[in-house]
Amino acid sequence: MSFTSLGPIAEDGVRLPLCSFKVPAGFPSPAADHIEKEISLDELLGIRAPHVYLVRIDGDSMQGVGIYSGDLAVVDRAIEPGHGHVVVALLNNDPICKRLCLRGKSVVLQSENPRYPDRYVLEGDELTVWGVITYTVRSHGH
Amino acid sequence: MATKPAPVFALIDCNSFYASCERVFRPDLAKVPIVVLSNNDGCVIARSYDAKPHVKMGEPYFQIKDRLEQLGIVAFSSNYALYGDMSERVMSLIEAMLPAVEVYSIDESFADLSGILDATAMGRQLRSRILQCTGIPVGVGIAHTKTLAKLANHTAKRLQAHTGGVVNLCGDHERDWVLRNTAVSEVWGVGRRMTVHLEGMGIRTAMDLAKADPWSLRKKFSVVIEKTARELNGTSCLGLDEPDPPKQEICCSRMFGKRLTELAPIKEAVATYMMRASEKLRAQKSYCKKVRVSIRTGMFNPDEVKYAKGVVVTLPYPTDDVRLLTKAAVDALEHVFQPGFRYSKAEVMLLDLRQPGEFSDDLFAVNQPAEASRVMAVLDAINGRWGRGTLRAASVPGKPDWGMRRDMMSQSYTTRVDQLWQVSCK
Repeated sequence: MSFTSLGPIAEDGVRLPLCSFKVPAGFPSPAADHIEKEISLDELLGIRAPHVYLVRIDGDSMQGVGIYSGDLAVVDRAIEPGHGHVVVALLNNDPICKRLCLRGKSVVLQSENPRYPDRYVLEGDELTVWGVITYTVRSHGH
Repeated sequence: MATKPAPVFALIDCNSFYASCERVFRPDLAKVPIVVLSNNDGCVIARSYDAKPHVKMGEPYFQIKDRLEQLGIVAFSSNYALYGDMSERVMSLIEAMLPAVEVYSIDESFADLSGILDATAMGRQLRSRILQCTGIPVGVGIAHTKTLAKLANHTAKRLQAHTGGVVNLCGDHERDWVLRNTAVSEVWGVGRRMTVHLEGMGIRTAMDLAKADPWSLRKKFSVVIEKTARELNGTSCLGLDEPDPPKQEICCSRMFGKRLTELAPIKEAVATYMMRASEKLRAQKSYCKKVRVSIRTGMFNPDEVKYAKGVVVTLPYPTDDVRLLTKAAVDALEHVFQPGFRYSKAEVMLLDLRQPGEFSDDLFAVNQPAEASRVMAVLDAINGRWGRGTLRAASVPGKPDWGMRRDMMSQSYTTRVDQLWQVSCK
């Protein structure tokens, strides 16, 4: 199955050459021995890995850590979730993005915006961590 | 003399794969039964575990629609972009953990576990890693032959609660128990007709088949069933398959969303299928010399007049240029189209495929101009980046009214940046 319809994040990703120059006919380029690998955002963000997913953020409760509505988030399912991680959690089957906090015996889903109170996970609530957010990507409109 | 240790195979099989894929991004359906429909929302092709008691495979959707609603069963159109992507994730995880893997179908693969000290523990590790990284539950069957691994997997599913989804039949005791308790019809490669033959000979269980004389099975039926019997007995006859060589023909055929009677919309369909077929052709870096185009009416409705015809056309030179291919296909269609019928399906097939270098450049032969190859590279790059069909032949419509009916399709959660899963930050 192909990834080819992914749009802006195509199969090979966007490759940004570190330096580019034409091979001169006369004197060989002194930089030729120092060419490094190309930079790949796919590689940096790890989005080609089978356990990594992209999701879209909806809402402003995580603004304090720079996660805004409309951002793309890179979610890694292979990371063991722990205290302090920003996660995609299923709280009673609703997918939400919060900071996971373990306070003593209680589990808290913490927002990063004073307008949103902490959500204590209570008895009877069902919580599953779907994945851990490793990066977010925001468009600046151009 | 040291004997070579018997090989160990695993069959890793996703549970209710299509339904499981839908559930990954619809956690609200975790406990709701699901069915998935064939192209054009025709009939049931997949069921979640909890839908199985209520719906049969192959049941036509229009017949069971009301019953599904009453039972609270949710139906989905098949979303192959999603299933294909999730399949690739599962298979890459397996390939990262094991050295030799044969991807057998979209939701199953065989792997070589020979030499691994604790194969059962490896099976459990595979299962938990795939579940964690994709959300897809799998069953793992382990045995000394592929046929027994398949049987072990079947048992893992049947006795999920007892086995935790992993069954190892490398021990004689476990193997014999399963062989005795499995009907011969459940054995891999034994079809309905073969079952009738075998039962006539008193072979009713997998154990009976394992104990049957392989030579007489070969004489009476085929070498295939002989191998099956030997494999059930623990002698490995089937190895892991080599990866597929490039395909020798490429086909794109689909039912129309409704019956078509005019030439114009069928031309659009043929151009659309050719667009897709030529993408596959270029993806495997082949050229094609012949194109076959065929159309047909519905074949099962007794009130409709039936008609089916195909024609092969030869191209001037081996090519992967969608413009040339589309022109050839549309010309061919005009040859086979007859007015007065209600057409249900068209098919485009690319034949006589060659790899570059396989055809010699004859001094007088015309070759595909280098410029055409460059145009195709740009076409694929644009469609790769902005989505299939962004740049297309003018004869290919954006939203055809004859297109496939897929009224209940979920989003392309993992393959389209405009359809990603939305996570609430509220």
